[in-house]
Amino acid sequence: MNIQEMILTLQNYWADHQCVLVQAYDVEKGAGTMSPMTLLRSLGPEPWNVAYVEPSRRPADGRYGDNPNRLYQHHQFQVIMKPSPDNIQELYLNSLKQLGIDPLEHDIRFVEDNWENPTLGAAGLGWEVWLDGMEITQFTYFQQIGGLEANPVTVELTYGIERLASYIQDKENVFDLAWNESFTYRDIFYQPEFEHSKYTFEESNTDMLFELFSMYEQEAKSTMEKGLVFPAYDYVLKCSHTFNLLDAKGVISVTERTGYITRIRNLARKIAKAYVDERERLGFPMLKKEDK
Amino acid sequence: MAKDILFEIGLEELPARFVDSAEQQLKEKTTSWLNELRIDFHSINTYSTPRRLAVLIQGVSEEQTTIEEEAKGPAMKIAQDEQGNWTKAAIGFTKGQGASVDDIYVKEIKGTSYIYVKKHVEGKPTEELLPGFKHIIESIQFGKNMRWSTETLRYARPIRWLVALYGSKVIPFELASVRTNNKTYGHRFLSGELTINDPLTYESLLKENYVMVNPKERETEILKGIHQIEEKENISIPVDEDLLNEVRNLVEYPTVFVGSFEEKYLQLPAEVLITSMKEHQRYFPVKTKQGELLPKFVGVRNGDENGIETVVKGNEKVLRARLSDAEFFYEEDQKHSIDFYLEKLQKVVFQEKLGTYSDKVERIVEITKEISSLLQLDKAIEHRAIRAAEISKFDLMTNMVNEFTELQGVMGEKYALIKGEEQEVAQAVREHYLPKQSHGEMPNHVIASVVSVADKLDTIVGCIAIGLMPTGSQDPYALRRQATGILRIAGKNEWNISVEQLLDVALVVYRNSKLAIENPEQVIEKLKEFFQLRAAFLLKEENIEQDVIQAVLEKEIGIFDYTQKKANLLSKKRSDETFKPVEEAFVRILKLANKAETAEVIKNVLETESEKDLYKTYQEIVDAYQHAAINKDAELALDTLSQLADPIHLFFEHNMVMTDDEKVRNNRLGLVKQIAMLIESFADLSLVEWKQHH
Repeated sequence: MNIQEMILTLQNYWADHQCVLVQAYDVEKGAGTMSPMTLLRSLGPEPWNVAYVEPSRRPADGRYGDNPNRLYQHHQFQVIMKPSPDNIQELYLNSLKQLGIDPLEHDIRFVEDNWENPTLGAAGLGWEVWLDGMEITQFTYFQQIGGLEANPVTVELTYGIERLASYIQDKENVFDLAWNESFTYRDIFYQPEFEHSKYTFEESNTDMLFELFSMYEQEAKSTMEKGLVFPAYDYVLKCSHTFNLLDAKGVISVTERTGYITRIRNLARKIAKAYVDERERLGFPMLKKEDK
Repeated sequence: MAKDILFEIGLEELPARFVDSAEQQLKEKTTSWLNELRIDFHSINTYSTPRRLAVLIQGVSEEQTTIEEEAKGPAMKIAQDEQGNWTKAAIGFTKGQGASVDDIYVKEIKGTSYIYVKKHVEGKPTEELLPGFKHIIESIQFGKNMRWSTETLRYARPIRWLVALYGSKVIPFELASVRTNNKTYGHRFLSGELTINDPLTYESLLKENYVMVNPKERETEILKGIHQIEEKENISIPVDEDLLNEVRNLVEYPTVFVGSFEEKYLQLPAEVLITSMKEHQRYFPVKTKQGELLPKFVGVRNGDENGIETVVKGNEKVLRARLSDAEFFYEEDQKHSIDFYLEKLQKVVFQEKLGTYSDKVERIVEITKEISSLLQLDKAIEHRAIRAAEISKFDLMTNMVNEFTELQGVMGEKYALIKGEEQEVAQAVREHYLPKQSHGEMPNHVIASVVSVADKLDTIVGCIAIGLMPTGSQDPYALRRQATGILRIAGKNEWNISVEQLLDVALVVYRNSKLAIENPEQVIEKLKEFFQLRAAFLLKEENIEQDVIQAVLEKEIGIFDYTQKKANLLSKKRSDETFKPVEEAFVRILKLANKAETAEVIKNVLETESEKDLYKTYQEIVDAYQHAAINKDAELALDTLSQLADPIHLFFEHNMVMTDDEKVRNNRLGLVKQIAMLIESFADLSLVEWKQHH
């Protein structure tokens, strides 16, 4: 099964299980969790089921396309269900069967792993799912998001697309993966991997990035004060990515580093609170949807 | 007719580390619950897997035991008025017990009469009481709890089914929206839903469905598999107890398999290979009979033999990726000098308020210098200790330690040797992290000991100075363990440095650094209190009585091995009859010394023979006592002090200390005070609860 078929299979499967299919969010981010479809929508009492592929950028993991496992940008398949269904483990395991992974032929395990993202004031409990010893999915019950207690609890499934594909296609090098029948991962992603690594580690304009960070931060604050939660959150994401670029280049000093993380976290917290307030003001419209 | 009871809590995969404790709690809590309910039973067995906790109680009585209980009421003088009529209090009491005033009888306790009634408590049918098991389930404690869906219950992982059977009958209750039933589930993939008709069939029914509910059985099965492989391949598989415990709680039906990796990876340090296998993948490393690592590993699969080749292949692939990373890191790391890494430490925070690792290293170096000079170390050794301190943290910046944090220090030693550092210096980079547990392995060499203490002192003093005192179970910097480490190192190596001196050294170093400590006096007090508790903890482990511990730590923690000796000696003297006259003399002095304002003695104001004699004896023994103390000879020190006992007794017999003559009185009190100070420098003997008999 090539990557394209994998994605289609997962999308169809989760669409059949009441998930809204959305597209990747168009602002750079380090993980699918940071999409507003997850981070904001898991807040508050409204039910929410969604699935999407999220290209996730981790500038520090860039390796110029030389490393068989590490990437500047990888793909996550993200499933969010609120409240967490009682049969969520079964649903997940069935999704693996759809990908041709027969549990009887493999060793599938749920190994304790508690997740935390201090930058977003988020934390959860759950497992990493092992397929014959390899971590293929992060399975998390959110307990806290943006510093607010998760109630009801959202469950998040994050499939590592490249990991799963390298297993399904039995490839040692991520660049040898088949994206579809005629294109390999190398065809599509090698050049951007190399160029982004070069840009991140050697060429990026540090002064500009510092300036952008401050501008984005300022814009996030003032936009939030006007009660515009989603645009404000976009600027938080931009702050986060800009910080990651600076951090990967090693130009953020110690004292500054903690300072930057705290600044992003404070923004994320305020936005989380503002989102819930705004939804409440609207009368939590999706709650009514469920009644119908 | 006795019946059998089965409860099973079905869960999403419990963290392996919680399973054993949860099963044990289930046994204890169920037993005491049944005892409190006065429900007799024949036997109780518990079971656990990652997906379930269960308890089987056999031969359960169908009714609670009926009992006659004696209920104690108010005192007679309250229960009866002057005319001998029962008061409202008495009537109320009997009513409350379901009796009447006719049932009252009287008993005397310590000279007071009380009224009593006999209470008949009729046993209820067991069946009615069993839904109360719900609270046992709720009361099991885990290291970390979570919520799920819309439930309010906090538990280790979501509860998915509940089996509650009394004989063949379901005991009805509901917890977190799950209703009890007689349905359980076998192995997640090899079986499905099962109906239990009889509690006694629980273990065998699940076994048929690929679940070994008895953890011991899973363990035996794993060991059997390991031994078979050992024999077949003529190899040795050392079984790590902790790993075995973890692995048996990660599977419901273990199947052992062996995999291999490329021989070239054997060039990596053994610790890297072992960490990759054990910590990251939960594999058992494999060795030759002679103890040489082989390019093989043993894993445990949750399931049967079906598709085992695929499982082995997958696991090999994962390990290969990890080792290939490690190989890359190992080569990459060696390309740079130690200085390259030290420079990087300037960019990493140790603690927000305590600066970078580079700052920390600077302080460790300064503390190392001070300790070396207090220990009067040979110059050559001191230089090596300083070098070890300088490079103690460089490996934190290497790729390998970044990826395998458990290998901090271990990689430092390897890389330091490769980069041409002296053997003892390199060794200290590894050993300065020791001891890693309260009773863990200690640093072997004096260089490592000094750097270890310096590092730990720096962390403790810094953290406590900025208000990070450990509270309850919160001790993120492991300050308690580190303080215990310092005491053990100083004690074992018989360092002639008191704990107070060590703290001063660190405080001075902080004061000279760019970080200012606020309220230094308060910080010193807190530090001393903190170390006192750690010292008390260690002495308690030597079975020293609490009062003796207080007595020896009252004035100061001092030089720890000497404090230990004093404590052990006093612990013996505490019940030694021959010591009684000495102890009595000393305690009398210590108590009276509180009244003294100064410790001044004017020789020509001494009037009587006995007081002159006491003063003379005191002057005669002082030097000998101090000498014994310096040599940390507790026995000799106390014997020397004991020479004061007879003169003290005579002194009290023949003199009135609190005489009206102010000058004489103050002089005698001054003498008492001087002697008291000497005794207190040994221990505050007035705090010991003496147990000598007459």
